[in-house]
Amino acid sequence: MTPTPVRTDRTAPAPPTSGGAVARRMSSVLTRFAWMRLILLLAAPLTWLVLIYIVALAALLVTALWSVDSFTGELSRSLTVDNLREVATEPLYRTVALRTVGVALLVTLIDVAIALPIAFYMGKVASPRARRLLVVAVLTPLWASYLVKAFAWRSLLSQDGLVDWALGPIGLHTPGYGLTGVVITQAYIWLPYVILPIYAGMERVPGSLIEAAGDLGASTATTLRTVVLPLLVPSIVAGSIFSFSLTLGDYITVNIVGGASQMLGNLVFTNVGAANNLPLAAAIALIPIVIMLGYLAAVRRTGALDRL
Amino acid sequence: MTLSPLARRALVVVTGLVLLVMYAPLLLVVVNSFNTDPSMTWPPTGLTTEWWGRAADSVGARDAVLTSVKVALGATAIALVLGTMLALALQRFSFYGKNTVNLLVILPIALPGIVTGIALNNAFRGILAVDLTIGTVIVAHATFCIVTVFNNAIARLRRMGGNLEEASADLGAGVWTTFRLVTFPQLRSALLAGGLLSFALSFDEIIVTTFTAGNGTETLPIWILNNLFRPNQAPVVSVVAVVLILVSVVPIWLAQRITGDTETAR
Amino acid sequence: MTRTTRTRRLGAGLTAALALSLSLAACGSDDTEATTGAPTELGENEGQVSILAWPGYVEDGSNDPAVDWVSSFEEETGCEVTTKVYGTSDEAFNLAKSGDYDVVVASGDLTLRLIASGEAAEVNTDLVPNYEKVFDFLKDKEWNTVDGKNYGVPHGYGANLLMYNADVMDEPTSWDVVFEKGSAYQGKVTAYDSPIYIADAAMYLMATQPDLGITNPYALDEDQLAAAVDLLKAQRENIGEYWSDYLKEASAFKTGDSVVGTTWQVIANVIDQPNIKVTIPSEGVTGWNDTWMVSSQAENVNCAYAWLNHIEDPKINAAATEYFGEAPNSAEACEYASSPDFCATFKAGDEEFANKIWYWRTPIAECLDGRTDVECTDYSDWTKAWTEIKG
Repeated sequence: MTPTPVRTDRTAPAPPTSGGAVARRMSSVLTRFAWMRLILLLAAPLTWLVLIYIVALAALLVTALWSVDSFTGELSRSLTVDNLREVATEPLYRTVALRTVGVALLVTLIDVAIALPIAFYMGKVASPRARRLLVVAVLTPLWASYLVKAFAWRSLLSQDGLVDWALGPIGLHTPGYGLTGVVITQAYIWLPYVILPIYAGMERVPGSLIEAAGDLGASTATTLRTVVLPLLVPSIVAGSIFSFSLTLGDYITVNIVGGASQMLGNLVFTNVGAANNLPLAAAIALIPIVIMLGYLAAVRRTGALDRL
Repeated sequence: MTLSPLARRALVVVTGLVLLVMYAPLLLVVVNSFNTDPSMTWPPTGLTTEWWGRAADSVGARDAVLTSVKVALGATAIALVLGTMLALALQRFSFYGKNTVNLLVILPIALPGIVTGIALNNAFRGILAVDLTIGTVIVAHATFCIVTVFNNAIARLRRMGGNLEEASADLGAGVWTTFRLVTFPQLRSALLAGGLLSFALSFDEIIVTTFTAGNGTETLPIWILNNLFRPNQAPVVSVVAVVLILVSVVPIWLAQRITGDTETAR
Repeated sequence: MTRTTRTRRLGAGLTAALALSLSLAACGSDDTEATTGAPTELGENEGQVSILAWPGYVEDGSNDPAVDWVSSFEEETGCEVTTKVYGTSDEAFNLAKSGDYDVVVASGDLTLRLIASGEAAEVNTDLVPNYEKVFDFLKDKEWNTVDGKNYGVPHGYGANLLMYNADVMDEPTSWDVVFEKGSAYQGKVTAYDSPIYIADAAMYLMATQPDLGITNPYALDEDQLAAAVDLLKAQRENIGEYWSDYLKEASAFKTGDSVVGTTWQVIANVIDQPNIKVTIPSEGVTGWNDTWMVSSQAENVNCAYAWLNHIEDPKINAAATEYFGEAPNSAEACEYASSPDFCATFKAGDEEFANKIWYWRTPIAECLDGRTDVECTDYSDWTKAWTEIKG
């Protein structure tokens, strides 16, 4: 409102150097034609994403149509649908895909169930000071290396490890290395990734709505169920995108605590590495791609994609 | 919100339990960094500071941390620029294909890491015929870090509204000046939050890195993977992990203070 | 109106992107410069050499300060050594193709694949003075010599043994503890995570189901392979973990998560616990016969040859093979072993014993046992079967 800043601004471009004049012309052109600004803004990032990511993905999918000589490892570029057919018809891939999706669902359910109360406490109940502490407390494990956490669970789940020791008094044993171990470990490691979007969503729920519900006579439980939860759906879905995507492709946790089990990530990894069969690996990789794209398309309407 | 005291106490207990479970494995790691037995046994057979000494001398660990920092800084820098540009484009304009672009930004992080990894590996080695170096790792990391910056920036832009920019243009400021003096200062804290998360993502990433780092690049997660099972190195890995956790508390706390109560440190 | 134009533009754009990627994918790169011929003389040492090796083959003291034959090499030749350890031959094949390594030590199931794919260069054994000391029965074998050309120098040979936890069981005399009798140790049996392990099952079937007619565990026709697969699928019920990382097996035995399974001597050495022992069961053993090879994409050829000569030195060969737990490649090496029974235990120089080990070979369609009336399954069949077995 005071004239001083305005004057400074007006006097700044006063000396008309040629550089200044060009810049000014460019600026006025850009202001007039909005689409030019749009193009300028989109050019670099879109080029990056398309050239580096989309083309790479497309090339990978094209590789699925090739084949490899098993003795020499030579890639043969003649097109064939053998790999796709194998992945679609062999029962092994169906079993492993279902197993992986099942684990992903279970992990997501566990994480969301844990994240909701803690996000509620952090977002709506805790004092501002406690809230800050809690956010730090939830974020810090993200910085502990993923590998170290998985390996810590290998130690926890082993014979005579901590879990065995803790469950001993009630007569149970450690589940050991296997799918149970994988579910536990993955639920543990992805938990912060699920808590964060839900907490962010919880913050956005206006306190006034909750109070209004209370004024209208709703109990805490009813308020949570009918007011808070529906508003949180996009955030919950956003969190689930993370946990799904991370589980569908994970092979390291399975190697460390999974015992003899295999998930989709392992099938892809073995085929890229040990089995030396990139075309088959690409064909198998189509499964998680299709699943995730389908999931993303399905949840687009919930608005979750903005809440990542 | 008014909760019955019972509900409140139950909530506190649940939160406490969750935090306990979240930190129990980390405490195990801390204890094992002092364990005399190099394999992570429980209960610990004894306590020693030998591993801390070895970690301090470990050249491999130091180089790996440095490489990871370089990669994360590079990736975050690129992600900040590209993410902000995308956020400005998608929030300030409406155009056909907007949803597609939105999907495109999310794809690198929504598709499993192994898919991104082998796609990029195939692209670098097969199509572009470049060697895998620290550069390829930075490129790969930047690609999936764009979305973290993008999300934070676009959320902030939505909250900002366009009034101040319009006022600035009315007063005669050019496009770049408006951005520099009006938009950017308001975006700053959101970019900081996004940048921090991007840094964390890149620093700890292992799957895509395995496929895009050549023989010569050893980021910290790769170093950890190589040394995790080695009996004489596993405790050193534990030490490194503990140091990472301790060191990270400070920037997280700072980020929380800066972004204030209206946003999370995302 | 504008919408349809835009749709058309978008469609055109997508088609262009797809076409671009297809053409880019098609013109993918192939090798840089690969020379499969052998040098006729050596030049100056380049200052570094990168080696792709089994664990325990290239020790520089970081695992055990007393176990080090790399430092002496680096001092003598000025070639700094970088090592990459691999867990299975399949992994090694994939890594070797990247061209990042100058020297590769390969077992018999890998050597021919490296030679056939052009990854291995011919080795001029005249440039490796210590080669003449090697046992004759290890030279010019079918897995390291093709068409009279040598592709590497022998390292040693050893067997895949049976490791067991003596606290949980008495010394087993048969492989049945991991097969039929494995249910006694449900969830604690381990096996080697590679399709080549199918040969171990086939070898077991040679003794237990002789009417299958298996004479060579690497020459399996479809029925014989199916029988082996059934055996392994049954074994899968009792498997706790498969291992390819030798340290993973070591940690599993130490914590008691695995109590019986296939192993290498070096793993028992790493575990170093009195209750974890190894034995050779009655049905026989599969094993490996390793060759040091030079990559056709090697950048440091002189250092590579220097390493080959160093590792063929009987003193060094003794140290390396004793550490890993396999027979050395020369009679002279026995004199340098730290344990006097070393050569006797591993039957060094015992050609008869050496011929009884079923060395890893890559199964091919042309039956390795000489049969011409049937077609045998090849390694890609075994690989497919292996993923099916793991389930």
